[in-house]
Amino acid sequence: MNGAPGLHLSGKARIGDVPLFGPLTLDVPAGRWTCLLGASGIGKSTILRLFAGIGSGVDFEGVAGATDGASLEGRCALMAQSDLLLPWLATVDNVMLGARLRGETPDRARAMAILARAGLADHAAKRPAALSGGQRQRAALARTLFEERPVVLLDEPFSALDALTRARMQDLAAELLQGRTVLHVTHDAAEAARLGEALLLMTGAGIEETAPPDSPVPRAFDAPQTLALQGALMRRLMAIGAPA
Amino acid sequence: MSAARQPARARRLSLGALRAGLAIALAIAGWAILVRAAALPPFILPGPERVARTLWTSRALLAEHAVITLIEVLAGLVIGAILGFAMGVVLAVSRPARILLRPLLVFSQAVPVFAIAPILTLWLGYGLGSKIVMTLLIIFFPVTSAFYDALMRTPPGWRELGDVMGARPWRQMWHLRIPAALPGFASGLRLAAVYAPIGAIIGEWVGASRGLGYLMLLANGRAKTDLMFAALIVLAILTLLLYAAVDRLARWIAGPEA
Repeated sequence: MNGAPGLHLSGKARIGDVPLFGPLTLDVPAGRWTCLLGASGIGKSTILRLFAGIGSGVDFEGVAGATDGASLEGRCALMAQSDLLLPWLATVDNVMLGARLRGETPDRARAMAILARAGLADHAAKRPAALSGGQRQRAALARTLFEERPVVLLDEPFSALDALTRARMQDLAAELLQGRTVLHVTHDAAEAARLGEALLLMTGAGIEETAPPDSPVPRAFDAPQTLALQGALMRRLMAIGAPA
Repeated sequence: MSAARQPARARRLSLGALRAGLAIALAIAGWAILVRAAALPPFILPGPERVARTLWTSRALLAEHAVITLIEVLAGLVIGAILGFAMGVVLAVSRPARILLRPLLVFSQAVPVFAIAPILTLWLGYGLGSKIVMTLLIIFFPVTSAFYDALMRTPPGWRELGDVMGARPWRQMWHLRIPAALPGFASGLRLAAVYAPIGAIIGEWVGASRGLGYLMLLANGRAKTDLMFAALIVLAILTLLLYAAVDRLARWIAGPEA
C-alpha cells in the first residue's frame, strides 16, 4: 500500500505510581510486518493502544505516532484476540461495520470480494454464532481489511486458535496485509519467526531488535532458518524472564 | 431451530401444562374442602362452584370491566416502556443527566405509588388517565434501570473497535450499544408486565367508576364475595396472558442468541 507510514514511539508509561515501561524508543518500519514480542504484562498491548489512540488506563509521557508527522486517527485498523463480531449482524454486515458506524454507504460488493479472499464467500449471510472459531477470526480479518487503513495493529489475533487454524490464519493474514505497516503483538516465538520482517523484543530495559533472515514472509514453518530463529527468540525471551 | 428439538420442546410444554393443571386442581380441591369443613358462609368465603357459577352468569359484567383494566394496563405499559427506553438512553449518553436525574429516580422509588394515587386521581380525574399514569409510574423505573444498566455494560472491546473505526458516540449508541443492551431492555419489560396490573388496580381502588379494581371494591362492599373472587380470577388470568405475550415480545427483542 502506497503511503503507509512508519510508526515511532518514545517515552515512558506508568499506571498510577507504578512504572509500566520505559523510557524506551520503538520504531516500526513503513510498509512492513513487525512483530513485538515480550512477556505478558510488560506493556506490549499498551503500546498498541497508544498508537490506536484508545484509552489504555496508563499515564504516558512521550510521543507516539506516524513517522510522516500526520495524525494516525483514521489511518489505523485494530484486530484483537477476541473477534469482536456483533452477534446480531450477518458476517457481511460485520465486515462493513466501520462504514455503518461512520454513516457511509457500505460497499457490499467490496465486502463480498474481501470475504471471498478470506475464504468466507459461502458464509456471508450467516450470523457469527454459526461460524467456527477460525472462520470468526477470518471474518474479523476481513473486517480489518475492509477498513482500507495503511496501518494495521494486531493484538495477539491468532493466539486463541488451534495450531493448524493458526498457521493457516498466519498465511492468509501475511498475504492479505502485504504492503501495510503491521505492528503485531505476540508472545509466540514461532509466530514471530514465521511472520516478522522486523522483530522487536520488549524487555524491562527497553526494546531489543533481532534481525530476521531475508526470506519473504510467511516463512515455511519447517524451514531451518525459521526454526533457528524461533529457537533464538525463545532463548532470548526466557533469558529476559517475566517482569518482577 | 432443528426439527429434532421441536417435539422435545412440545413434550416439555405439555408436561409443564399437566403439572400446572394438577397444582390448580389440588388448590381448588383444598379450597372446596376448607369451605365445607369449616361451614363458612358464602359472604366470608364462597366455594369454588359458586365462584365458577358467578364467573359464568356475570361474564358480560366482568368482560366489560376487564376491557377497561386491560386498556389501562396496555396503555401504561406501552407509554412506560417508551419513556423508560428514552430515559435509559439519555442517562447512558449524558453525564449531567446521570448526576441530576438518577437521585430523583431513586427517590421516586422511595415514595410508594399507593401514597400518590389519591393525588393523581385529584389531578387527572376518575377516568382512564390517572390509572394509565399510575401504571406507567410503576413500570418506568424497572424498565429504565434494566435498560440503563445494560447500556453501561457494552463490552469495552466493541467500544474500542468503534473508536478506532472513527464512529461518533451517537452512532456507537445506535449501532452497538442499543442493540447490545436489548436483552436488558427485554428483562425490564418482563418485570413491567408483572407490575403493570398493580398500578391500574391501585388507581381503580382509589377512585374509578369502571375496571376490575372498581368492581372488586364494589362487590366487597355489597358482600358479593363470589363476584369479588370472580373478578380476582379474571385479573389473574389477564396478568398471566399479558406476561406470556410480553415474554414472547421480549424474546423477539432480545434476539435469537438470548
